[in-house]
Amino acid sequence: MNLLIIVLLPILAAIAILLGAPARRTALFIAAFIVTATLLLYSGFEAGQPGFQRVTSYSISSDWKINFALGIDGFSLVMLLLTAVVTFAAVWFTGKIAQHEHAFYACLLLIAGGALGAFASLDLFFFYAFHELALIPTFLLIGIWGTGNRQAAAWKITIYLATGSFILLLGLLMLYRSVPEAARTFDIRDLQKVAGLIPADAQSNIFLLLLIGFGILVSLFPFHTWAPEAYASAPAPAAMLHAGVLKKFGLYGLLRVAIPILPEGAQHWSTLLIVLLLGNIIYIGLVTIAQKRLDWMLGYSSVMHMGYIFLGIASGTLLGTSGAAVLIFAHGISIALLFGITGEIRQRTGTLVLSELGGLGKIMPRAAFAFGLAAFASIGLPGFANFTGEVMVLFGAFRNGANPERFRIYQIATVLGLWGVVISAVYMLRTYRSVFMGTMRESLSGATDLRRSLRLPIGLLVAMTVWFGFFPQSFVRIVTPTFKTYFSSKP
Amino acid sequence: MTISAPTLEIAVLVLGVLILLVEAFADRIDKRSLAFAAILGLAAVFVASFFLTPAPVEVPAGSLWNFYTADALAIFFKRFALVATIFVLIMMVDCAPIVRESVPGTTHQSGLGEFFALPVFTCVGLMWMASAIDFVMIFVSLELVTMSFYVLVSFTRRNPATLEAGVKYLILSALSTGFLVYGITWVFGVTGQTNLARVAAALSDPAIESGPALFGMVLVLVALGFKIAAVPFQLWVPDVYQGAPTPVTAYLSVGSKAAGFVVLLRVLQPFFMLPQMERLLVVMALLTLVYGNLAALPQSNLKRLLAYSSIAHAGYLLIGVVCLAGEAIAFYLVSYLLMTLLSFAVLIVVAKQTGDNIEDFNGLAKRSPFLAFAMMIAMASLAGVPFTAGFLGKFYIFDAAIRYHQTSLLVVGVITVACGFYYYLKVVRAMYWETSVSDVAVPLSGLSRAAMTAMVAAIVFLGVYPQPILNALR
Repeated sequence: MNLLIIVLLPILAAIAILLGAPARRTALFIAAFIVTATLLLYSGFEAGQPGFQRVTSYSISSDWKINFALGIDGFSLVMLLLTAVVTFAAVWFTGKIAQHEHAFYACLLLIAGGALGAFASLDLFFFYAFHELALIPTFLLIGIWGTGNRQAAAWKITIYLATGSFILLLGLLMLYRSVPEAARTFDIRDLQKVAGLIPADAQSNIFLLLLIGFGILVSLFPFHTWAPEAYASAPAPAAMLHAGVLKKFGLYGLLRVAIPILPEGAQHWSTLLIVLLLGNIIYIGLVTIAQKRLDWMLGYSSVMHMGYIFLGIASGTLLGTSGAAVLIFAHGISIALLFGITGEIRQRTGTLVLSELGGLGKIMPRAAFAFGLAAFASIGLPGFANFTGEVMVLFGAFRNGANPERFRIYQIATVLGLWGVVISAVYMLRTYRSVFMGTMRESLSGATDLRRSLRLPIGLLVAMTVWFGFFPQSFVRIVTPTFKTYFSSKP
Repeated sequence: MTISAPTLEIAVLVLGVLILLVEAFADRIDKRSLAFAAILGLAAVFVASFFLTPAPVEVPAGSLWNFYTADALAIFFKRFALVATIFVLIMMVDCAPIVRESVPGTTHQSGLGEFFALPVFTCVGLMWMASAIDFVMIFVSLELVTMSFYVLVSFTRRNPATLEAGVKYLILSALSTGFLVYGITWVFGVTGQTNLARVAAALSDPAIESGPALFGMVLVLVALGFKIAAVPFQLWVPDVYQGAPTPVTAYLSVGSKAAGFVVLLRVLQPFFMLPQMERLLVVMALLTLVYGNLAALPQSNLKRLLAYSSIAHAGYLLIGVVCLAGEAIAFYLVSYLLMTLLSFAVLIVVAKQTGDNIEDFNGLAKRSPFLAFAMMIAMASLAGVPFTAGFLGKFYIFDAAIRYHQTSLLVVGVITVACGFYYYLKVVRAMYWETSVSDVAVPLSGLSRAAMTAMVAAIVFLGVYPQPILNALR
């Protein structure tokens, strides 16, 4: 299956929908097509081979050596799979849209197209540009169809992400300029080859810019404040796509660009990164416990879980880095499911304040079951992919510079990170109890259960996370060849 | 068939004179046909510009080529001026009813002919300016542009706001011209030359006093700062932009600014060996960026917003000037031409129905999805969203700043870009979030729709594939 089709199809479909094609049917068809196409890619993928497969390249600017180059390796393949599955679920979860129905589906498809393009790009320029393609659709999705304090939330996410993106742009341009003139290129593959030519102080400056830029996009503490508000206000499909997929772009970028090309820079700032990610895990974890609304709780929890992925990225070991990749995938699935079901609950009850909910398990058993599965996955119970990822991340981080005599910062971070698991169990289980158990209010008794047809997207998401939870090797086998090259120089 | 470069200006000049003659002697025709004739004529000249003979390499003393160059930059900006004028004339046709109302005269077509002829003369001035490499020539062509703008800015003279704009523009512009002449005198006094190449040669002589030359250059910089709307010479911009007829505002913000930057690039080249010059320009760029973007934040009138945004873009362009990045500036100006003219074109059409405040755009997505979409592309490009030409413009400018290690400009640049996202998206918000003030569809002529479609296509095309512009500069 040609990558070009997968990347451009959602964008073309969005234009077609804007021009008047039947909105829901087109979007659903395209999403299903992309799921099939990425599954075919997955089955046809030759794991164990280093380098990129199915590369297509078109020259855009010969002066700047910018190419529109697409290709996949194991890591980008799983990101494409994640995007496809979550997009399909998000489109399916979309209910009745009162106004501008066509624009709504077009925005969803544009976000999906941007994410697919970013994950499949081999060229820094398009890698960056495709991600930004989602910026205005996100602004419109939250602003037009959002709930609550939607205007403030839409402004906040847009300004934050625009600032983050331009800081990132400076970092990428500096990276481009830091290698000698003959070797200058935007091609990620070629940049990895010439990485050794970048002087150490330039590495640390550029890495800091990339860390802040990508960090803002992934809601790294203390740049996280846009996330909970935006996810709470966004319509459920937008929150699913953004929290599940688009936000992962920053993590993907750190793993794809910053870590392999700037290893010394990563080394230099590792202490800072660990302090910040502990802010994500511990501080945001405690903030999450204090939340009184379901949507805000989920928003904060998604910020908190980024801490583990950052820990994997900072771990500097093959095990931890692969674990980060597993966790990116697993978290994307579980948070999408949680936001999807939350959106359904909001439609039926009209409130997401925890103290006004309760006992919904009796009248919405399907929702309770699916939410429970997603919550368990999110906590990291064994059997779900999240568990695999967290275990790998924690083992990997602990192993860095491990010394039985004394704990260094990596070991301290791992121990504190373990407490985060307890924190997430506390808020998830407490929330589950106050939403689905206990006595039900009179006013809620009219709520109906999830539509039967939703079993398909929910089943697909749960199947993904359970499959990779029970057979993690089928995932790890695909992504490790990508990361092996990062650590080949180390003993 | 080949043509020598100055023929282009002569052709445009003849075209302008012809239009004036026809308008004076043919009273009964629909005056709008003059605009169409001008558009066709300029388009023909644009095509002809691709068949030029290269300029002579050896310049004989005393010939025209002493103060006229036809290098790649000059040819590029000649085409730029032609395209800008064509789009402005298309907008002017849309504006014809407003001109009829607000120009006193005996017939209902009074004033229309001149309204369409003057931009052609401005275009000649802009084209000369692109080629000028001698202070005398720079001064004369600049005056040709400014003179025709004096008339154009105050053209709809029954409107008091327009009159105010005209007077402000006249007085401040005349003052800045004074600065220019005075500055040229100082440079001439020190070096004994007006030709830029010879000025540079004279300045590289260590025996020369650089102080007075620098003083003269600063005076020239003041005058050019006025043209490009750089802080602290920007005070005229908001009032003049708001008061002038909208096509003239668009022309002022694109044509006048582009010409100013070309001249600035040419004039500064000899002076860049003086370190004080660079520091001065950095300060100017910083002030322009900060002032333009911060002042744009609270605006509620779209024309005023675009006025401040034009100051802000002058700031980004000044970053390019500091780094002497001609290619980046040229690309930025092209993207600026497309997105600014597109937003003014939409503004003219919408303002005829509701008005030119941002809240008059409320619910435009319902009333006219095409206009709202075009405006959204223009705003996204102005803000700098990828896959639009505006993003690549900023991309090249920031790259130049990184190359020259201008850290302060980079830091301020990123902050102001974030400001820009706020005020440009304010327009998008009005069009898409807010409920409409009326349900009547906005009427749109076929020509304007075609022009807008072309601009949207060009913005997206250049945002993905910039190579044609980079090639044209070579």
